[in-house]
Amino acid sequence: MKTQLMSANYAAARAVMSARVEVVAAYPITPATTVPEQIALLHETGQWPGQFILVESEHSAMFACIGASSTGARTFTATSSNGLLLMDEALHWATAARLPIVLANINRSVSPSWNIHVTHDDSMSKATTGWIQFYVSSVDEFYHTIIQAFKLAEDERVLMPVMVNADGFVLSHTLSTYDYLEPEEVDKFLPPYKAPHWVMDPKNPVSHGNIVFPEHYMEFRYAMHEGTHNALKVYEEVEREYKKLFGKYFGGPIDCYKCDDAEVVFTSQGSVAAEAKDAIDELREEGYKVGNARMRMIRPFPVDRIRELGSRVKGFASLDRSVSYGYGGPVANDIRATMYNTKHRPIIKSYIGGLGGRDMTVSDIKEVILDTVKAVELGETGPEETWHDLR
Amino acid sequence: MVATKDMPLKEYVLKGNAACAGCQDMVALRHAHKALEGNVIQVVPACCTSVVQGLWPKSGLAIPVLNTAFPAAAATASGVRAALAAKGKDDTIVMVWAGDGGTFDIGIQALSGAFERRTDFLYVCYNNQVYSNTGTQRSGGTPLHAKTTTTWLGKKEPEKLLDFIVAMHEPVYQATANTAYPRDLYDKFLKAKEIRGPKFIHIFLPCPQAWNYPVEKGVELGKLAVETGYWIQWERIGTEFTLGRQSKRFQDPEKRKPIEEFLKMQGRFSHLFRPERQDAKIQELQDYIQYRWDLLMKTLA
Repeated sequence: MKTQLMSANYAAARAVMSARVEVVAAYPITPATTVPEQIALLHETGQWPGQFILVESEHSAMFACIGASSTGARTFTATSSNGLLLMDEALHWATAARLPIVLANINRSVSPSWNIHVTHDDSMSKATTGWIQFYVSSVDEFYHTIIQAFKLAEDERVLMPVMVNADGFVLSHTLSTYDYLEPEEVDKFLPPYKAPHWVMDPKNPVSHGNIVFPEHYMEFRYAMHEGTHNALKVYEEVEREYKKLFGKYFGGPIDCYKCDDAEVVFTSQGSVAAEAKDAIDELREEGYKVGNARMRMIRPFPVDRIRELGSRVKGFASLDRSVSYGYGGPVANDIRATMYNTKHRPIIKSYIGGLGGRDMTVSDIKEVILDTVKAVELGETGPEETWHDLR
Repeated sequence: MVATKDMPLKEYVLKGNAACAGCQDMVALRHAHKALEGNVIQVVPACCTSVVQGLWPKSGLAIPVLNTAFPAAAATASGVRAALAAKGKDDTIVMVWAGDGGTFDIGIQALSGAFERRTDFLYVCYNNQVYSNTGTQRSGGTPLHAKTTTTWLGKKEPEKLLDFIVAMHEPVYQATANTAYPRDLYDKFLKAKEIRGPKFIHIFLPCPQAWNYPVEKGVELGKLAVETGYWIQWERIGTEFTLGRQSKRFQDPEKRKPIEEFLKMQGRFSHLFRPERQDAKIQELQDYIQYRWDLLMKTLA
């Protein structure tokens, strides 16, 4: 393992090389663009020996991945925002075809108006597709989670595609140290992909995706649901092995910091979750019993972990950098739904903030947490949701 | 031209598939696969061929078939080709089998992209001039005055000149074919099989459901399309153009049958003859034939 100063996007390109990805298909979109740019360079200079398809749209990018994955190749793509939205049909196709494609989504606001900075609306709007979804908080975590994602996706108990999300610009274009692995090192963790059930092969012809009547359609959908569900358990094994081999561990589906004795826990996705650690430290110094729960995985939703955490705390301050328009913060809503079926009912406050790349600083996060602390003290949930720093 | 007795006996289009009676797509598929002889991966976007394969868990085609989304055939094929290349299986043919809707309309962007990338694959558009799988809606391939369920009184625009669009992408091999001439079709697939790079075969095939003619008349109609000069059989290897031998004599307008003979067999043009004869509209279609011949011979020949 070697250490370098790198942007998240360039680190993702390195992950493609480290994981011995065989086919990449990608289309440029800010801020994901530098991922395919760097892959192109690695490809043209012979450092990465795979096949690179410079497609004419994101829709084609994901369908080229589907074609390649169906023919047994390990495949990858990267995109952002409108690009992810254009892929929508293909995202659903990939899950139903049970193809272990890995997608790096560099979170960016959805248009209009044009805004290339981070909002999680792009990926959150895909939460019902079956794609496993990670959110990362550092360049290092992005790189290693992409490698782990292949192992997770290709596991026969899962066989579902994985989306690894990183905040646009905050991570994609900001240099930070990361530790990377040579392909020979990754080989120990990630063997070559072998499609376990079907593959496009003239020697053993199968027809994939033909008509399925109502008698069987539901069973296929149930199997998909199971596959995504299984990712929680399988990811535990994946992380354990990764830690053993490379000494890297990012905290499971929810990375908790000072949560053990916390009365109020702050939840968030992406880069804010890293910033939140500082907010927690400062609040702890000020005498508040608070903790940080960094939501790394939102699909499958880590129900058991939330319930376990929820059984110990008095309140959640749940920040979404996204909105389910007409029904508030998507992850806050999931936490509320998760806690409903338990005896313990902490106050769960939903905050919307940081949209369009607006800064969520340590003091912003502290303000949000203290608002929940106050609600807990008063025993009143207050408004359904709070838009932080709304002018 | 191949003699029928010399075609491989092996069938890749099996009995018991779900095609309609008189389906010309089956004629095209059958002869194409006899020429390709099995070492092929076929990509199928939404179209009649998605249905005629039959229901899961069975398949009426003895070749690997990857069904894909309507706009995505050429992109999916690009991925299949890349995976084969990554695995060193370069001898396998990648073929798209798409209808006119999936080619002229929703699939044209992916088609254009794959050709520009010089993808080594064969794109086949089997053209029955209508969205027949969804129930006869007009497509960019539907001819002028044809009735469909979205042009009840007849289409107001002629079909898109797809062959020219494709030709401007400079495929290594391009041909038109017609299910009324299966041996010629077979030969064209045999040729395409040997050439590396982006290839395109455009197959004209009548559809009894959508065109509204007796199911046994498919071959007759296909021949009439050529004999009236409406459909031109040709082939282009690189820039080397050959007018097909079925079409050669119909280059001379004097030798062509009147378009009326082709039109009056089809219910979709019945309004041109009943209750009153629409001479101007029939003439419009007649004139369009020479226009297309001129365009073809001036630009691609």
